[in-house]
Amino acid sequence: MMTGLRVRGLSKSFGGLRVAEGIDFDLPPGARKALIGPNGAGKSTFGNLVTGILSPTEGVIEFDGQNIARLNEAQRVRLGIAKTFQITTLFRHLTVRENIVLPIIERERRGARFWGRATAADHADEAQDLLAQFGLEELADRPVEALAYGQQRLIEMALTLALKPRVLILDEPAAGVPSGDSHLIVEAIERLPEDLAVLIIEHDMDLVFRVAQSIVVLVQGRILTEGTPDEISQDPRVREMYLGGAHAETGS
Amino acid sequence: MSIDKTTTKQPSRYASRLAGARSGLFGIPLLAEALLLAAAVAAFYLFPYNLAFLTRILIMIVLVLSLDLILGIAGIATLGQAAMYGTGAYAAGLFAIHVWADPVAGLLAGAVAGAAMALVSGLLLMRSHGLTLIMLSIAVAQICAEIANKARPITGGADGLRGIRPDPILGMFEFDFVGRAGYFYALAVVIVIFALLRIIARSPFGLTLRGIQESPSRMRAIGTPVYWRLVSAYTLGGAIAGVAGALAAQVTQLVSLEAYSFNLSAEALIMLILGGTGRLYGAVIGAVVFMVVHHVAAAVDPFNWLFIIGAMVLGVVFFVPTGFLGLPLALQRLFGGRGHDDRA
Repeated sequence: MMTGLRVRGLSKSFGGLRVAEGIDFDLPPGARKALIGPNGAGKSTFGNLVTGILSPTEGVIEFDGQNIARLNEAQRVRLGIAKTFQITTLFRHLTVRENIVLPIIERERRGARFWGRATAADHADEAQDLLAQFGLEELADRPVEALAYGQQRLIEMALTLALKPRVLILDEPAAGVPSGDSHLIVEAIERLPEDLAVLIIEHDMDLVFRVAQSIVVLVQGRILTEGTPDEISQDPRVREMYLGGAHAETGS
Repeated sequence: MSIDKTTTKQPSRYASRLAGARSGLFGIPLLAEALLLAAAVAAFYLFPYNLAFLTRILIMIVLVLSLDLILGIAGIATLGQAAMYGTGAYAAGLFAIHVWADPVAGLLAGAVAGAAMALVSGLLLMRSHGLTLIMLSIAVAQICAEIANKARPITGGADGLRGIRPDPILGMFEFDFVGRAGYFYALAVVIVIFALLRIIARSPFGLTLRGIQESPSRMRAIGTPVYWRLVSAYTLGGAIAGVAGALAAQVTQLVSLEAYSFNLSAEALIMLILGGTGRLYGAVIGAVVFMVVHHVAAAVDPFNWLFIIGAMVLGVVFFVPTGFLGLPLALQRLFGGRGHDDRA
């Protein structure tokens, strides 16, 4: 049953602090949704609840009809729910190729193999193809720490895509990327497989309005509203609370 | 995509390389291994009266190699490698006395016992990290030492386990008084263990261990059962440490409580840091340098030899943090001024 991701009544509290409250959310295959909201609205928390880094206090998270709320992070990744990180957590001392080969190995369930080469031809070829999609194929032999930040963000996406996810959560994919390079991120998002369900958690309104078909606004752990980019940019509550009057001027 | 054109280089056969394990010295495969082997054979002929000492070095190499898998590759900080070494030694000794005196079977017994000890303690240890893990790993070895001490009827307690009389190796080579057979036997074990670890280091398993060392949280995020992977690595390292202990038991024909001593774990760690972690050669070079310096310094001044070792460790940590393996690059940087290896 290919219904994608379905979240109902999702709540999370840390002691008395409620960071998510009664969130209902759908992300069918092929969706391009964005999650926006002021700092501390619970955007990253929501991403972490969906991927299993945090476990919810209440609520249902279904993926293709299966309740996954009790599964751990590794189990959910194996079902196809993957997330990029806000701050890159790449394997800095490994080469770019090894960074991409690792998720391929784990996706193929070969991580416990003592024999054969990790960078055997089939793994290396797939990694090379993936890197080529991001224009990074010539950097494959260099350690990640030697690369520019914008390139690292692209590798972050390539690494996550190597898992062949069916739901992809991009947590601030353009954070820290120089504005001259942010078009690379946008192009990378536009090239993602069509049937992939994508949720973008992002501050950069330009990027959100360029790639999202639908925008969810989160405020204090609750969904304020959901709509198309046009509807959201016209919504007076959003304009007042979040966009500060005019989204046309937000170039950051 | 802006790429620095000066540093890009077309990877001709990109499948053939793995960072940290280059294809060979000066690009010649197995050259480094051949040189080390030649040195080992040369040492046999150059120092015919020091074979017991040379064999001791080989045994330490096996122990330090096991630590390199656990610490250097998987990043598990431990100071309790003696727990598995000692267990392997006692197991091999008892096996030889009570079951079968065949040396190779004894090594297997040591490996199984070392692995079992690592598995049981690892199930607890791998749930912690950092300082807690170090303290717990020391505690495990201390508990083992105390059990061996109290179990006097079985282990001989403080008098040591005596009466180990191994059969000829493979039924052909008798352990002689001078230690010739023992030396080549130990050398053969070093070669097998080194080759095994080389295969593991470049395998998918080995790469995931490096990944865990770099970023356990990210490994979890790509679906790796990090805890079980670490337990496997610790168990495997335990098996190899057990082999080292078994080898010591067979060659010296004695197992004492020293096999569980904290000193042994600490010295193995120092050897690894001296040589350089995560690259296997470092374990070999570090063990050789430490043992030889120890031997010479202790002969010159039996009371203050530790001073020399201490100075050496300080020197390495401050000036060549990557260990002796990093020396060529450090010297190049010092004298040539352009040792920066972006392209190496």
